[in-house]
Amino acid sequence: MTKEFLLYLAAMAGVTYAVRMIPFTLVRGKIKSVYIKSFLYYVPYAVLGAMTFPYIFYSTGSVITGAAGTAVAFVLAFMRKSLLIVAALSALVAFAAGLVLV
Amino acid sequence: MTNERTQNSYTYGLGKGVPIALGYLSVSFGFGITAVSQGLNPLETILISLTNLTSAGQVAGVAIIAAGGTLIEMILTQLIINIRYCLMALALTQKLDGSFTTLHRLVTAFGITDENFGVAASEKGLIGRRFMYGLITLPIIGWTLGTTLGVYANQLLPPSVCAALGIAIYSMFMAIIIPPSRDDKGVFVTVLIASSLSCVFYYVPYLNRMSQGFSIIICAFVAAGIMAYIAPRYMED
Repeated sequence: MTKEFLLYLAAMAGVTYAVRMIPFTLVRGKIKSVYIKSFLYYVPYAVLGAMTFPYIFYSTGSVITGAAGTAVAFVLAFMRKSLLIVAALSALVAFAAGLVLV
Repeated sequence: MTNERTQNSYTYGLGKGVPIALGYLSVSFGFGITAVSQGLNPLETILISLTNLTSAGQVAGVAIIAAGGTLIEMILTQLIINIRYCLMALALTQKLDGSFTTLHRLVTAFGITDENFGVAASEKGLIGRRFMYGLITLPIIGWTLGTTLGVYANQLLPPSVCAALGIAIYSMFMAIIIPPSRDDKGVFVTVLIASSLSCVFYYVPYLNRMSQGFSIIICAFVAAGIMAYIAPRYMED
């Protein structure tokens, strides 16, 4: 392992940790503003929505198997199944769709 | 307020981390394969996963290392891609109970990922440090283990299985956002705005040159910013 790599590693890990740690450690009080509280309430759903679409369709390397897995994930999530069930069955269906197609 | 319910069970947190860890196992498996194929050695690749615990940032970081980029470029890229954790950490501080002293905040902050945050934030009431330690334990192990498996044993699973496992993490996201979208119109519209905007940034020429990390920041700011204005939450605390 070179010194050069260790510098890259320190930069990567340092920045990634700092953006998590600084607000987490320093913010102690309760936020009073209804707007900011509401904003923070909606942020996770917004982040996860933006990370899922459209990337889920391309997550298996094939849009068709990706769409099959997405459909299954949607139905199971709508039925309020657990995270593990939704993830496992959608991957299984994407895999099966790949077998049928190829 | 002092009577607000707090979730502070290590084993309960551990259980909540199981599906996340399984999702990470497959995603980091792919990361391991990618990083080695770009010229990093096994130990370097595993160290990156162990110290960063993030997907998009690591993939971008490896590309910069492989291309011999500057440290400034590395720092700015990581900042842009990972700045969303700043918002998540800030949101989580509002749910921490009194057991979170500075030391425990310093340690558990490392474990704030999109998925760990999603699960912790969706917990009713406050969260305690034991719950948080439990929640992040298996995802950290899964992320590092998956990377190790990807690095050393990319022959372990046939490519068709690896490809199908790629969807697991995104399906998990859907399992997190869809049930509350059914129950709450504000959440539903937030998800709708953010995912539509994300598709715009993915497909529209010129806009699609933006990195995924930066796209996520804009989508989150716009969707949550609009909804906080038109559908404010009057939470009891």
